[in-house]
Amino acid sequence: MDFGSISPVLLLASLMVAATPLLLAATGELVVERSGVLNLGVEGMMITGAICGFATAVNTGSPLLGMAAAAGGGAALSLLFALLTQFALANQVASGLSLTLFGLGLSALMGQGYQGIKPPPFPEINIPLLSDLPFVGGILFSQDLMVYLGLLICGAIWVMLKYTRAGLVLRAVGENHDAAHALGYNVVMIRIAAIMFGGACAGLGGAYISLIRVPQWTEGMTAGIGWIALALVVFASWKPGRVLLGAYLFGGVTVIQLNLQAAGVAIPVEYLAMSPYLITILVLVIMSADRSRAPGSLGRPFHASS
Amino acid sequence: MLKLEKRPQPSQMWIYLTPLIAVLATMLAGSVLFAFLGKDPAVAIRTIFWDPLFSEFAFYYRPQLLVKGAPLVLIAIGLSLGFRAGIWNIGAEGQYIIGALTGAGVGLAFYPMEAWFVFPLMVIAGALGGWAWAMIPGLLKVKFGTNEILVSLMLVYVAEQLLASMSLGLMKNPEGMGFPGSRNLQHYESAHNAELFTGTGMHWGVVAAFLAVITAYVLLNRHVLGYHIRLTGQAPRAARFAGVIPARMILFCLGTAGALAGLAGMFEVAGPAGQVSIDFNVGYGFTAIIVAFLGRLHPIGILLAGALMALTYIGGEIAQSQLGLPAAAIQLFQGMLLFFLLAIDVMTNYRLAWQRREVA
Repeated sequence: MDFGSISPVLLLASLMVAATPLLLAATGELVVERSGVLNLGVEGMMITGAICGFATAVNTGSPLLGMAAAAGGGAALSLLFALLTQFALANQVASGLSLTLFGLGLSALMGQGYQGIKPPPFPEINIPLLSDLPFVGGILFSQDLMVYLGLLICGAIWVMLKYTRAGLVLRAVGENHDAAHALGYNVVMIRIAAIMFGGACAGLGGAYISLIRVPQWTEGMTAGIGWIALALVVFASWKPGRVLLGAYLFGGVTVIQLNLQAAGVAIPVEYLAMSPYLITILVLVIMSADRSRAPGSLGRPFHASS
Repeated sequence: MLKLEKRPQPSQMWIYLTPLIAVLATMLAGSVLFAFLGKDPAVAIRTIFWDPLFSEFAFYYRPQLLVKGAPLVLIAIGLSLGFRAGIWNIGAEGQYIIGALTGAGVGLAFYPMEAWFVFPLMVIAGALGGWAWAMIPGLLKVKFGTNEILVSLMLVYVAEQLLASMSLGLMKNPEGMGFPGSRNLQHYESAHNAELFTGTGMHWGVVAAFLAVITAYVLLNRHVLGYHIRLTGQAPRAARFAGVIPARMILFCLGTAGALAGLAGMFEVAGPAGQVSIDFNVGYGFTAIIVAFLGRLHPIGILLAGALMALTYIGGEIAQSQLGLPAAAIQLFQGMLLFFLLAIDVMTNYRLAWQRREVA
């Protein structure tokens, strides 16, 4: 056992990298759930985004185009979910599950022939001045673009939900869709927009895994991160600030667990690999005591009967 | 403008029609998919749906229908009880793995003793293992109100790690030359879930699946417990007034589903699979969700849907070897089926009606 090989500086840097896919996917799902829709297809949208982004980046040589394709792929897949739940009024739990099963199959099919390829490297951004700070500068201020984009999206959603009219409308639709409908808001269209935003975010999160964090393509590589993102929204009591906290917490758990594996702790690798899932369950148990904050119309189908 | 209008009563015709249309629509969409992959759609569809049953090699494939269908039906019957009551156990894959581990564990513990009671004990252990694994989300939901969807799913990943740990460690074959995986139970007569009639594919898991279908049918149609399950799903408030205790309902549905999934895993590991290995689970627990919905959560429907899904597995394997169709295409095909089913299901409760735009 060699704890000395674990460097706290690198730990922090890799924590931010590990947290970013979770942050992106969970922020997207937060918006979806605040609009009153429960989309359990996060895992499917993430893995689809992962392969869309990977294939595009490899073929064009541009990781940024890859990210754009990932967002597009995730949003396109989420549109299927939107059609099912908003127009065909299908059960949201079942539709979300089918989206995940479908996405896993679709990604495996699209990923044929992309195994074992290295994607083009993602440019790192050095924020001037700040990145020259001793010790913390190199960690906090010279990450890749997506780390900052994740933070930015999360912050923007916080501002939108708290301070803007659009956020108020979104929350109204989520809290009571009948009242929002009576006020003249187009519940279905607002929800579709939210679902597609969630899909795009999940796609970005997936592509972050395949293009930056790993970086290569393997089938089923998201390995439950989409589901953890769903748990994170519950953990965060549907608040963007707490999503950030939660994502970094889970990122930390993942990184420490991986570092312990590398350091050769006496615990078998399999039991360490279980830990993120077990901790997710533990956190869910702790947080489920307080369910008052869930959006009022969450998971209920809406059909204007006029 | 075309609008949806709620039917006063769910349409009986559409309840039966929906799965059929969904299968046809999936075949159509699948044909487009196969054409995209550069395969002749007609040949691909024939290879998947016709050849396993009626080609000249069908004698080899037909028994596989029972082997692949049994775990699907067994798991889906358990899931359907919960789905009817609005309890979403989607971690059947994990319960399947744990059932296989506990079942095989008991078998391996008795090795090499030959005795009549080894196999029955393994059956009990398998059911108990799956039941216990499903009790985790059950108890957490009852005690703390924790979401059973997320917990049961997280436990799938935990179970997969446990499976890897077992096949590399505790249950590893001491005479296996260092290869991962346990002793092959097919070579241990007392523990082997052998074919009951040679060449039919009929093993104890198939018998259990048929028994489960019959029991579930009687339970849902002739027993007050089945009535309570249906009532809980359709009108939770009314169910509470009728004296249904929600906690007991949750534990019953999750426990039954877990036990049946555990049984399926145990029959698989002692029979067709033979040994505990890292890649033992192939996704039956997730496909069973599709089977449950395709069968309209009805026992007989699930039996038919399980057979159909088993057919796509076998046909998919044939198409893989003969046409070079990627395995993922079949996975996608199965996913599409659920999509179409959910989309077309709207017709059961709603009908399309022409409505002129009115000025408000």
